Amino acid sequence: MSEYINLLIGIAMGLNLLALGSSRLPTLIMAVALQGMALGLMPLLMETEADWRLVLVALATVAGKGLLIPTLLRKAMRAAHIDREVEPFIGFVPSLLLGAGGTIAAVALARSLPLLPEHSGSLLVPGSLASVFTGFVLLIGRAKAISQVCGYLILENGIYLFGLLLIHYTPLMVEAGILLDVTVGVFIIGIIVDRIQRAFDSLDTRKLTALRE
Amino acid sequence: MKELLLILVPLAGAALAAAWPNNRTRPWLLPAVCAGHVGLSFWLLVAPPAVAPNAWFAFDPLARAVLPAVSLLFLVCGAYGVAYLRLRSERPNRVFVASLLAVLGLISAGHMARHLGLLWIATEGVTLAAVPLLHFNGTPRAFEATWKYLLVGGTGIALSLLGSFCLGYASLHGGGGGDLTFSALTAQGLHLSQPWVKTAWVLLLIGYGTKMGLAPMHTWKPDAYGEAPGIVGAILAGGVTTVAFTAILRVRGVVTAAGLGPIADRTLLAIGLFSMLVAALMLLGTRDFKRMLAYSSVEHMGILCIGAALGRAGLWAALFHVWSNCLTKGSLFMSAGNLRRAAGGRTMDEVRGMAVLAPRSAALFVAGMFAVTACPPFGPFFSELRIVRAAFETGHSGAMALFLFCLLLAFFGLTRLVFAIVDGRPRQAARAVRRQFPETLGIILPPLVLLGFSLWLGLHPPEVLQNAWTAVADQFIPLP
Repeated sequence: MSEYINLLIGIAMGLNLLALGSSRLPTLIMAVALQGMALGLMPLLMETEADWRLVLVALATVAGKGLLIPTLLRKAMRAAHIDREVEPFIGFVPSLLLGAGGTIAAVALARSLPLLPEHSGSLLVPGSLASVFTGFVLLIGRAKAISQVCGYLILENGIYLFGLLLIHYTPLMVEAGILLDVTVGVFIIGIIVDRIQRAFDSLDTRKLTALRE
Repeated sequence: MKELLLILVPLAGAALAAAWPNNRTRPWLLPAVCAGHVGLSFWLLVAPPAVAPNAWFAFDPLARAVLPAVSLLFLVCGAYGVAYLRLRSERPNRVFVASLLAVLGLISAGHMARHLGLLWIATEGVTLAAVPLLHFNGTPRAFEATWKYLLVGGTGIALSLLGSFCLGYASLHGGGGGDLTFSALTAQGLHLSQPWVKTAWVLLLIGYGTKMGLAPMHTWKPDAYGEAPGIVGAILAGGVTTVAFTAILRVRGVVTAAGLGPIADRTLLAIGLFSMLVAALMLLGTRDFKRMLAYSSVEHMGILCIGAALGRAGLWAALFHVWSNCLTKGSLFMSAGNLRRAAGGRTMDEVRGMAVLAPRSAALFVAGMFAVTACPPFGPFFSELRIVRAAFETGHSGAMALFLFCLLLAFFGLTRLVFAIVDGRPRQAARAVRRQFPETLGIILPPLVLLGFSLWLGLHPPEVLQNAWTAVADQFIPLP
C-alpha cells in the first residue's frame, strides 16, 4: 500500500518542478490541479477499512482542489484577458535549481527528524517540506496575482501532505473544518483578485506599490 | 454551556445582519449584539463557570482574563459604528456589519478554543471574516492593502497549521493517543518528542506572530490599518491580535511542559525586542498618522511578548497590558478616523491645524497619544512599569535598557507626528469643515469612554480582573 502512496507523492514532487519550470499560466494551473487530485486520493489508500465520512472528505478534496479551484482560476484568467506568460522575478532556471535544491534539502532534513516506525519509509515528510518550499518560491518569485495564488495552493498542498501523518488520530470534524477554511480562503482570494483586476485593470502585482514607506 | 453563547450569539447576529433589509437601521444590530456579548462575558468574568478538563471550548482562565476586554472594545466600536455608517450611508453596509459580528463570534471561539485544530480553524476564520472590513472604502489602495493582508496573513496562518501538525506529531511520537486538546498535550509533558516540539514552536511563533504583527512578519499591518476604516483598525489592533497572543500563550504552555520553557522564553524575548526596535525606528520615519498607529501596534505586540517571557510577574503584567493596549488603541483609532475624515488627508504634509478644525477629536487624539506612549496615569504606564519590574526581578537588565530606549524613540516618533498635524494653521476654511463634519456625540463619546476605561484601569484595576490575571499565572507558571 505504501508504494502507491509514495508513487503519488513522487508525482506530486515532480509536479512541483513542473510548476516551477512552466512559463505558461495554463500549465501552472494544470500542475496545481493534478497535484490537488493526487493528494485528495491519498486518504483512501491509507485507510484500510472504508469509512463513508473519509470517502466524503476525500471526494470533497479532489473536487475542491482538483476541479473547482482550478476552474475558478482559469475563469479569472480568461475574464482578465491577461496574456498567458508567467513573468517571473526569479527566472525559470534559477527557480528549477532552487526547487531541486529544496527537494534534496527536504529529504535530508526529514532524515534528521525522528519518525514513527510506520512512517519511516514514507515520502510524506520530504514531499511535504519540498511542496512548502516550492510554494514559497512561487509566492516570492512570480509577478502575476494568479501565479501567486498557485504558489499558495502548492504551499497548502504541502501542509495537507504533512497532515496525512496524523490522519488516523485527528477527529474528522477538525479535518473537515480545515478543508472548509482553506476552500473559503481561496474563494475570498479569488474575489479580491477580481476586484484588483477591476481597480487596476491588471493582475500584475508590480503595480501594487502605492503603499510603502 | 452558556459560554458557548459567546460564540453563537454574534454568529446569529451576523446571519441576521446579512438578512436585514434596511441599510439605515442595520448598523443598530452592532451595539445590540455586542451589548449582549458584554453582559454575558462580564457575568462569566465575575462568576467563572467550571471547566471540564477535556472540553473543546471553555471559558477557562485565559479566556476569562482576555475575552471581556475584546468584548468591551467591540461594544464601544459598535456604538461608534452606528454613527460612522450613518456618515457613510452612500455605501451598502450589509457585508460590513455581518463580517464585523462574525469576527466577534470567531474571536470568542479563538479565545475559548482548547483544541489545537479548533484554535487554528477559529484564527483562520477571523482572518477571512476580516477581509471585507478592510476594503470597505473600495479604493484601489484599499484593494492593494487587502491583497497584501491576504497573502502575508494567509501564508502565516498556513505555517501555523503546519506547526499545529508538528505539535500533533510530537504527541503521537511520544506515545500519545491523538488527543490534541491543550490539557492533554500539557499532561503528556516530557513524553512529547522534543525535536518536533521545537519545530512546532518555531512554526507556530512565526504563524501566529504574523497574525499578531510581530516584526519581521508585520509588513501587512501598516497597509491594512492605514486603508481600513478607524473602527476596523481598532478591532484588528485590540481584538484580532489578542487571539494570536493567547494562541502563543497556550502553545507556550505545552512547550514549557515539554521541558523547553527556557528556549521559548528566550525566543519570545528576542522577537519582542526586535519588534519594538523595528517599530520605534519606523515611527521616527513615517509621515502618515494612520500608519503610525500600525507601527505603534507592532511595538505593543512586542511588549506583550517581552512580558510573557519574564516569568510569573511578567505574564501577569502582559495580561494587564492586553487590557490597557486594547482600550487605549481603540480610542486612538477612533479619534484618528475622525481627524482623517475632517482633514481629507493622512500625512503630515497635507494635514495641519487639526486643533482648530476638529478640536474635540484632536484633544482626544493627543490624550490617547500620551496614554499609548505610557504616560501616567493611564493604563499602559502601569502595565509597562510592571513589565520593567518583572524584568529586573528576573535579571534581564540589558533587555530592559533596550526596551526603555525603544519606548523613548517611539515617544519621539509619535509626538513629532501628532503635534505636526494638531498644531499650526489649517489649510481649509475652519467653518466649512466644521459644518461638513460636525463633531457629534456619536463619534466623540466612544473614544472618550475607552480613554476613560484606560484611565480607570491605570488608577484602580478592579479586584476581579487582578484575580483573573493571577488565575492565568497560576495555570501556566504555578508558584513553587
